[in-house]
Amino acid sequence: MSKIVVLDYGSSNLRSVAKALEAVADSHQSIMISNKTEEILGADKVVFPGQGAIGQCMTHLKEQNLDEVIRECILNKPFLGICLGLQSLMDHSDEDGGVKGLGILPGNVIRFTDHQVDENGDTYKIPSMGWNQVAQEKSHPLWADIEDGSRFYFVHSYYVKPELDSDIAGSTDYIHRYTSAAARDNLFATQFHPEKSQHAGLQLLKNFLNWQV
Amino acid sequence: MGLAKRIIPCLDVDKGRVVKGIQFVDIRDAGDPVEVAKRYDLQGADEITFLDITASSDDRDTMVHVVEQVASQVFIPLTVGGGIRTVEDIKRMLIAGADKVSINTAAVNDPEFVRQAATQFGSQCIVVAIDAKRVNGDNANPRWEVFTHGGRNTTGLDVIDWAKKMAGFGAGEILLTSMDRDGMRDGFDLELTKAVCEAVNIPVIASGGVGSLEHLADGIIYGKANAVLAASIFHFGEHTVAEAKACMSKRNIEVRL
Repeated sequence: MSKIVVLDYGSSNLRSVAKALEAVADSHQSIMISNKTEEILGADKVVFPGQGAIGQCMTHLKEQNLDEVIRECILNKPFLGICLGLQSLMDHSDEDGGVKGLGILPGNVIRFTDHQVDENGDTYKIPSMGWNQVAQEKSHPLWADIEDGSRFYFVHSYYVKPELDSDIAGSTDYIHRYTSAAARDNLFATQFHPEKSQHAGLQLLKNFLNWQV
Repeated sequence: MGLAKRIIPCLDVDKGRVVKGIQFVDIRDAGDPVEVAKRYDLQGADEITFLDITASSDDRDTMVHVVEQVASQVFIPLTVGGGIRTVEDIKRMLIAGADKVSINTAAVNDPEFVRQAATQFGSQCIVVAIDAKRVNGDNANPRWEVFTHGGRNTTGLDVIDWAKKMAGFGAGEILLTSMDRDGMRDGFDLELTKAVCEAVNIPVIASGGVGSLEHLADGIIYGKANAVLAASIFHFGEHTVAEAKACMSKRNIEVRL
């Protein structure tokens, strides 16, 4: 039996993530939501979903010592970060007056610039909300059976800017091109919400469950 | 390449059952929100909005169960509106699997509620619904006011000012319904839609008045809306979401196909 833990720091989307994982899990994969150190460290794989503001996210992680748990998991387990679960891995975010991240991926989290205008003269709205295309920047087991350029569901006002090109797994155009998926070793993290991205999203979650690092 | 404009079917739910003539020929139980939501998901809906029209608050728990069931089978964003008045209401819906809640009367009664909700749960899940009605006959300088209770009660608030205020308070999106056009099937109030879309920096969903697929495209092209919401043209089986997207695509609107 393979144990997959959805890390619970109090994010509102964790049940949606667990439900989507359950929908694609086979009979040998059990999905569980937990905030307990032993359970998370004892899991075979960990999913870290986040939503909302990063300041609160980091505070909650630290209060429950989950920041250290995440660091340890990333050393040796397949690990999937979603939305803030990507942003919080970076060094620093401009949100909430400036917040220090976990510093696992070098780079920063930056807000989209306001009042930018597209080729039709329409203003780009912030948050970027809806279905956008993801260009696969490197081949990866988590992209298996997902067409390059598939649309995923996004809702965010901040984006990540990794320092190392080798950490970029996917990119998306909104105002300009930015990193919408990052990957390194056993770590994969997305700005978009696979749990809300219908077929392509479920396929990505299925690929994660089947990922052998 | 870019962000697609969204099509959002809206379902009215009363005591856990979909109401207002859903007529899919091949659906077993047209009153079952799960079945109807699955059908729209299959057709390519970008999101689904549920409007809880249950009159008695005793029956509101039913909506939580509806959301739970839909969220375990339909993997696209879900919005719930109707009867969202407290932080506790929001929490219950999000935990049940809703991605966004839509706040209408409670925002008018207490604008600080929107700020509090956005701070606690993030702007991404807070939609402010605005029911707008034209209040003067001066076509050169139209003015719209915010109404509540299905257009019966005026608030005296100017729609443009109110939309800006709500965006400033942390709303992540505005659901804008023209009460003049709602149910008329002669198209969105494009002037209203454009005025609000240009006044705020957050996405706007146009609603009220859709009678044809072309109306949906007009809402995006002339109204400048980021998403369009419709109920009856999809419910009565006249058109599918896929047909709506094909129509929009033909008019060079970027959609998720």
